[in-house]
Amino acid sequence: MYLKAENISFGYKKDNWILRNVNISLGSGEVLGLIGDSGSGKSTLCKILSGYETNYNGTVSLDGKKIPSGIYNPVQLIFQHPEKAVNPKWKMKDILNEGHIVSQELLESFGIKENWLNRWPNELSGGELQRFALARALGPGTKFLIADEITTMVDAITQAQIWESILNIVEELNIGVLVVSHDKNLINKLCHDVLHLSDINTG
Amino acid sequence: MTASGTISKGLFRGFNLRQKTILLTSFISLLLIAIVASNFFIDNRSMSTDFESKNLAPSFDHPFGTDWMGRDMFIRTLGGLGLSIMIGAIASTISTILSIILGLLSSVGKIEDSFVSWLVDVFLSIPHLLLIILISIGLGGGATGVIMGVAFTHWTSLTRIVRAEIKQLKTQGYIQVSRNFGKSKWWIAVKHFMPHLIPQFILGTILMFPHAILHEASVTFLGFGLSPHEPAIGIILSESMRYLSAGYWWLAFFPGLSLLIVVLSFDMIGENLDKLMNPKKAHE
Repeated sequence: MYLKAENISFGYKKDNWILRNVNISLGSGEVLGLIGDSGSGKSTLCKILSGYETNYNGTVSLDGKKIPSGIYNPVQLIFQHPEKAVNPKWKMKDILNEGHIVSQELLESFGIKENWLNRWPNELSGGELQRFALARALGPGTKFLIADEITTMVDAITQAQIWESILNIVEELNIGVLVVSHDKNLINKLCHDVLHLSDINTG
Repeated sequence: MTASGTISKGLFRGFNLRQKTILLTSFISLLLIAIVASNFFIDNRSMSTDFESKNLAPSFDHPFGTDWMGRDMFIRTLGGLGLSIMIGAIASTISTILSIILGLLSSVGKIEDSFVSWLVDVFLSIPHLLLIILISIGLGGGATGVIMGVAFTHWTSLTRIVRAEIKQLKTQGYIQVSRNFGKSKWWIAVKHFMPHLIPQFILGTILMFPHAILHEASVTFLGFGLSPHEPAIGIILSESMRYLSAGYWWLAFFPGLSLLIVVLSFDMIGENLDKLMNPKKAHE
């Protein structure tokens, strides 16, 4: 399966492009790194790929077909700030099972503790919330994972733990991952291949 | 000393703050319910005139004293408060329903939104009391006039809150995540929006109560509200004005104080309910 973005252009104002003719493609089971400076449009590209931003030029396709809206999106985005991705009025167990019923196995591999499930989001730390966001997004319908700086808020040890769990799971489920980060060392460690946004973006 | 040790001081030692809040809220609610309930047990005889015991200062027989016609002020005050609370309840319920409808309408589209904002601005630009009096007279005065007058003027602030809340919720990440999970608009509205909006509705209604009661009392005090034979607090206060100079201070003091207590009670219930419903304050 291939997630392909062709000739993507995006700008908030006319003749002021943030992304210009960007091409990127990601295969199942592939772990691709994406590096770019602040403000270079990394997050915008992530939002376009996962269907959050629809106001752009170009095409995003999955095996040559347009990604349908209104049903479970096979391309799931993980935010940089997990606290924005959870409803503060929901208990953690409801948040966790919104997309699919998360298996015990998945909970254990992310180190989510049983007693966290009955808490409110504001009672957990950013790293703990991010594990929930990941477990929630790795449902049976997910084919691609877009990880937009998902471990910038945690320390090096937690970062290693989280990424190890992710890599194990995506390998097992044959999910393609786009790893977006500032951290070149992290990307070199994790990814099969690395792209620099400045190389593919002519905007 | 642990954190829980420091707050378990004073009266209700041994309870945590949440339990104390529940206790206090239920106690105040009980007091208000008792006032309303007592209205059904007041028979006409205890409200009737008794010229043998007129203008009596407060005593054990008549805790709030008696007026110039020998009526017991305690019972009249209870009756007045009960009436005020009932009117406040109906008025703020209507007001809340209005603001829910208008708040939801503003989220439909740009034209609807500017219409609702314009309507809010129009109603806010006219002094409350003036508008209540106008509507009240327009509807023929009496209880209906006052209720409608108060209801049609108090929806503005809650409408603004509902409108802002919906606007803010729409941009939240978790709404987009939910959409990406393929959830329908209806599902998102019920599961994601409602838990944020319902506490606003409940709090809005309760916090509207004191306003409604005070405005009802002031309109009645000015003579544009309820008819003089009903034992409303506004009537009691305006009548007692004439006797204040004669030294019958209890005629105004106790009913006024009771009104203040009722109004503050509603305020306290509203604030405490906020503490109980907000997850961020769950462990305070």
